[in-house]
Amino acid sequence: MDKAIEIKNISLTIEGRSILEDVSFDVREAEIACLLGPSGCGKTTLLRSIAGLEIQDEGEVWVKGVLFSDLTHHLPVEQRHIGMVFQDYALFPHMNVRDNIVFGLKNYNTKMSIQRLDELVTLFSLEKHINKYPHSLSGGQQQRVALARAMAPRPGVLLLDEPFASLDIELREQIARELRLILKLDGITTIMVSHNQLEAFAMADIIGVMNDGHLLQWDNAFDLYHKPKTEVVAGFIGEGVFISGEVINNKEVKTEIGVIQSAATHQTVIGKKVRVLIRPDDILHDDNSDMAARVVDKAFRGAEFLYTLQLESGLRILSLVPSHHDHPINEPIGIRLEIDHLVIFDEK
Amino acid sequence: MTRWNSLLVFISLLFSIPLAIVFGSLFFPEYEVWEHLRATVLIDYIGNSFALLIGVGFFSLLIGVIPAWLVTMYRFPLSRQLEWALLLPMSVPAYIIAYTYTGALDVAGPLQVTLREITGWQYRDYWFPEVRSLGGAIAMLSLVLYPYIYLLARAAFIEQSVCVLEVSRTLGCNAFGGFRRVALPLARPAIMVGLSLVVMETLADYGTVQYFGVSTFTTGIFRTWFGLGNSLAAAQMSALLLVFVAVFLYLEKRSRKQARYHHTSSRYSSLMQQRLTKGHGVIALIICAAPLSFGFIVPVSLLINWAIDTYLDVLGKDFYLLFFNSLFLAFITSMLAVGIALFMAYSNRNNQSLLNKIMVRLVSMGYAIPGTVIAVGVLIPFAWFDNSLDNFLIENFNISSGLLISGTVFILVFAYLVRFLAVSINTIEAALVKIKPVMDEVAKTTGMHTINILRSIHMPMMRGSLLTASLLVFVDVLKELPATLILRPFNFNTLAVRTYELANEELLAEAAVPALAIVIVGIIPVIIISNSISRSRPGHG
Repeated sequence: MDKAIEIKNISLTIEGRSILEDVSFDVREAEIACLLGPSGCGKTTLLRSIAGLEIQDEGEVWVKGVLFSDLTHHLPVEQRHIGMVFQDYALFPHMNVRDNIVFGLKNYNTKMSIQRLDELVTLFSLEKHINKYPHSLSGGQQQRVALARAMAPRPGVLLLDEPFASLDIELREQIARELRLILKLDGITTIMVSHNQLEAFAMADIIGVMNDGHLLQWDNAFDLYHKPKTEVVAGFIGEGVFISGEVINNKEVKTEIGVIQSAATHQTVIGKKVRVLIRPDDILHDDNSDMAARVVDKAFRGAEFLYTLQLESGLRILSLVPSHHDHPINEPIGIRLEIDHLVIFDEK
Repeated sequence: MTRWNSLLVFISLLFSIPLAIVFGSLFFPEYEVWEHLRATVLIDYIGNSFALLIGVGFFSLLIGVIPAWLVTMYRFPLSRQLEWALLLPMSVPAYIIAYTYTGALDVAGPLQVTLREITGWQYRDYWFPEVRSLGGAIAMLSLVLYPYIYLLARAAFIEQSVCVLEVSRTLGCNAFGGFRRVALPLARPAIMVGLSLVVMETLADYGTVQYFGVSTFTTGIFRTWFGLGNSLAAAQMSALLLVFVAVFLYLEKRSRKQARYHHTSSRYSSLMQQRLTKGHGVIALIICAAPLSFGFIVPVSLLINWAIDTYLDVLGKDFYLLFFNSLFLAFITSMLAVGIALFMAYSNRNNQSLLNKIMVRLVSMGYAIPGTVIAVGVLIPFAWFDNSLDNFLIENFNISSGLLISGTVFILVFAYLVRFLAVSINTIEAALVKIKPVMDEVAKTTGMHTINILRSIHMPMMRGSLLTASLLVFVDVLKELPATLILRPFNFNTLAVRTYELANEELLAEAAVPALAIVIVGIIPVIIISNSISRSRPGHG
């Protein structure tokens, strides 16, 4: 498939502080990508430099084969034909929903503009609201207006800055799934920014994990969780603990909770000290197991408990257990390892 | 009604007397005088007042809004300094700038003299714009009134979320498109408030139009009273003027109500000022520097120049007395204004009845009333009171009380209060709003007494605003001309009146020293205002 967006070696420094360092990635046509990372990692700045609202110090931005920006040449924002939805939507408060949506359609004639408006109003179910002003809309309605406004001029790419941050937590995943359907229907290439991995998982085809101005890994959700390339990614995506181990051969690592086997082969040195990522779903509760650990903390999550368990050595691990296994704190419970993906990093 | 409330009602009604008198005059029609006015000057009054309003409104919008946008959004040479310096013309009363430019541009003024020397032309050989004209008055008033619009437009631009501008750019608007389609409509309510202040000040102006010989409603009121000797007709003209002000304020309020924009964004990324290229920067600098130069730098330099020539003659016992009189009046009025405003604002806060609200609004209306009108409304009842008292005493006790109030400083202070109480009330109410009732409740739960709450919570939070309120009133009183001119006691002079007198005697250079004194004191509130704005940016504490 064609590359719709190419980001090549972007670096950006603001007031002496490095915000982005040598970031590169591609997004394919009609793909939904997500930049995921903690606040302050540079993801929003990256999005803004694609839009042209920030100017990078180094690197190039290409969209659909057009050079948007390099060291000497910067296409002004208004000529990039990009749709952007801001975190709090930034609807024009002096315009009603209709005028907000058609704002970017000044080159359309009246008939085309009405037609496009109708399409979007239907797509986002805004029929009842087109004469209302932004302040009388709910957060979800405002978001849909902002999306309709951004998509109205049929932009080459759509950029979404924390599109769900202003919504109620309960609604986010549902709206994310609905939005994904709409974007896929339209076939628009999208980059969104989020600090919430569940939103990213629900929306995106591909996710870039960012930290401290660096793009750490560019992968799909499954691989980010099960094959994190760095400890930071492993720590940021999902839950888990690191325990020490020693490489026996390229498929096995010896740890305090037993020998862990890998389905795949790892390129590593025998006898090397490593750190092994243990996910909560790697530790199963099994009353028949010889290995036991004491419950030191537990968090109820509806269908499951997330137990924090302490081994005799003092080592703590996490375990996800169906919630009908309700064990009081301090009780020892039997556990068993079941690890499909061995994730190891060199001991520092 | 509690005693507290009765006092509030009493004070409000007392300060509404002038308004009542002015409107009451409409019940005693003076057909003959009106017939005379209609046949002679009324058309001129109305036509000139309208032309003045439209001209000043247009030009002050032009030189107020555009620089406000430029200094808010862009960085160019001196842009940081211009941000506050553009407010400086506010400190120059319109009548002072009028005298200054007249002195500079007159046939015998330095500019025309130089022109003749260079070209060898004679007087009448060439065309030169006449300052003392309607056009001149529009220029003078615009140059000193535009800061009201600049101030409010800039505050509105700063307050806007940058996000909406960025959105407009991603939707294909260039910088000018974003200004025209988003920023300007969003700032419109604020700009309208600024415009309404400009309109009120324009209608209230007496010194400039009188000096330029432009017949407007304010000069007409003056002439009807002192020329025709008909105070009733003067009061009726005042009523007409007030009806106009009221209609305008109503329209302005209504237009604002329809467009009460709720900010859709609570996020304020720091305003990224765009650095202009050299060429564009110079153009922006010229656009912004022009109103500042012509509204402040040029006239003040001229004043300083003349003051240097004349200060030895002018500074003397007489001048110090003048200075003292002005400060004394301004000080007394500002203290009273703050005291009364504090009382009214607190009464309104503690007992938010409709009656109290109406009373406070009633008093606040004074600011919309031109000084000339207030003078009329004050002088009529007090003269009646003085005369009645005098007659009564003579008849019964054979003692004459003379003019007990009319010819005293008391009546002057009263008139100032009618006009400027609104300034102190608005400032103090704005400060009180920030002290949320919950703070009082928290303090009470800690066992504090009301007096202690006032002392340790309200006063520290209010101190700045009290000072601001008193300074604003102080400077307004110092600059006030028409009411002072009419109501001052015999042989009692102030800086403003002396400036006016000297200028009318064509002693422009001599007028420079008192004028300069007024301007210098007038700069103080400008500094306060510009400080409070730079601190008020949302998201910046």
